[in-house]
Amino acid sequence: MSSTSHAAPVPLGAPQAVGAPGVLSRWRVPLSIAVLCILPWVLPSQALAVNVLIYGLFAVGYNLLFGYTGLLSFGHAAFFGGGAYLTGMAIVHLGLGWFPAMLVGVAGSSVLAAVIGALSIRTRGIYFCMVTLALSQLVYYTALQASNWTGGENGLRGFTLAKADVLGLTVNLLDPTQKYYFLMVFAALALWFVSRVLNSPFGAAIEAVRENETRARACGYDVERTKLLSFILSGALCGVAGTLSAIHLSIVPLDALHYHTSSIVVMMTMLGGAGSFFGPFVGALVFLLIEDVASLWTSHWQLIVGIVFILFVLFLPKGIWGTLIAWRSRS
Amino acid sequence: MDLELILMQLFSGLALGAILVMVALGLTIIFGMLGIVNFAHGALFMVGAYAGLWIASLTGSFWWALLVAPIAVGAFGMLVERVLIRPLYKRTPDDPLLLTFGLGYVLVEAVRITFGTDGIPFSAPDALQGVVDLGVGYFPLYRLFVLGVVAVILLLLWIALEKTRFGLIVRAGARDPLIMRVLGVDVSRLWLLVFGLGVGLTALGGVLAAPMRNVSPEMGTLVLAEAFVVTVIGGMGSLLGAVVAGLLVGVAVSMTALFAPEMATIVMFALMALILLVRPQGLFGRPGVGA
Repeated sequence: MSSTSHAAPVPLGAPQAVGAPGVLSRWRVPLSIAVLCILPWVLPSQALAVNVLIYGLFAVGYNLLFGYTGLLSFGHAAFFGGGAYLTGMAIVHLGLGWFPAMLVGVAGSSVLAAVIGALSIRTRGIYFCMVTLALSQLVYYTALQASNWTGGENGLRGFTLAKADVLGLTVNLLDPTQKYYFLMVFAALALWFVSRVLNSPFGAAIEAVRENETRARACGYDVERTKLLSFILSGALCGVAGTLSAIHLSIVPLDALHYHTSSIVVMMTMLGGAGSFFGPFVGALVFLLIEDVASLWTSHWQLIVGIVFILFVLFLPKGIWGTLIAWRSRS
Repeated sequence: MDLELILMQLFSGLALGAILVMVALGLTIIFGMLGIVNFAHGALFMVGAYAGLWIASLTGSFWWALLVAPIAVGAFGMLVERVLIRPLYKRTPDDPLLLTFGLGYVLVEAVRITFGTDGIPFSAPDALQGVVDLGVGYFPLYRLFVLGVVAVILLLLWIALEKTRFGLIVRAGARDPLIMRVLGVDVSRLWLLVFGLGVGLTALGGVLAAPMRNVSPEMGTLVLAEAFVVTVIGGMGSLLGAVVAGLLVGVAVSMTALFAPEMATIVMFALMALILLVRPQGLFGRPGVGA
């Protein structure tokens, strides 16, 4: 999966496909959508399917920064929670409809990502993760203090959406199945967008930055701008996941901004395989399945997830999907 | 606002900062030598507090807790370095970081299972209860004690690093491990000791902090973020920076608590953002190390 060959000064002609060429790669968006379509019918519960959808998208957005650009952030709860809060606040305080509220959420989390990104890419390497974590804590405590707007510790409540009118159709959001497919449309659009980004010259540029920053700079890329743009796109996608979770839950818990939420997305991405298209969804599915199954017989499922995670870092650092790809290309 | 109150708050801030100094120093020492960020640092701080609590309830003495808990947790840290982190040195710096992050996650849950999820109050020993007259006002004796302990530790650490052969090897090893290996120094043993020392320092911070705040499994998360803030403000890998920035952050937080309480939790992060804007390498950091 080395992409150093893409580090050309000016990408000429058609951009090359990034990643393993093949049917799986070419049809990755339709394939993902097909899997998402049948997800509620193969998983033990529909609630689990909605969570896989939302957290999978969250991890896909995170993966753009961590997996493809090589920047390890521990503060992405700020964009997930930020998107959720802004969507909820736009409905509660501004009385907007669901669609303008979603736009507010995504735009707001993009702006937040621009500010946090601009500050944190001033540090390099290992300090990046420390700064992102600290700045997301700043967002968390700000939300906790601004309780008039955010509801403080109790979370944001009081914006239940019963139905949404889409192009003349009315979607009943109280029906789990209708709600799932309603949310899935946005996730599918986001996936298509990510796929386009990864196939574009910009997609090659971020991988060049990941593989060798100095060489990318020597090739004439503006590394800082590339990183910042990747950070903003990643934040925006996580913001989309956040708005979807706000619409799904009809409340925004303060936990959406908590360090714990940032940790979850790191683990999901790592478990599935950072830097692969399907990895984050696989990781979200596995993580949530472990939670779903293990929480039946113990309330300390996090211990199991943590140990599984440590074993993955030690023995399968490419994650489930990344290891499968490596096996396939070897044989 | 009268001067007395401000001075008292200043002392409180220094005591708060002294704890942060312990945590940030451990983080910086480990980073300076091994080149890895220990994400389990906050969790090990919390484990230190619980170990102190447990030993104190077992022996009935706070002093045993203060002595034994940091050593025990430090030894646990050495075990972690040996078994979990050592296989990862050849990989990218992200891998040991992710591993310690996973370890922190597991430790928090393990403590929840052992000690329960609720916070446990932990009171200072009788000898350290009460207040002392500082001339300008009365100040809790325990906080003064914390300042004293941290000052002694800093002095010992300074002597160990600057005046002994061990310190010479540590400083040289931080600069160039390869040359040290060529010269016949067992660098991996050194790293084991340094990791244990760093973990021991944060555990000591945990025991010292226990009587000042509620002991809960989640107490490490905030401390981890605070230690990061201190490290970024002080400068990447600078021990002096960790001390100065730790005290600075402590004073800034407690002063803000006096004048604008609702800003107290936010001020340190804002301070860090400011430093990143005007001096990304931190107060005492060399340019090029982290920024």
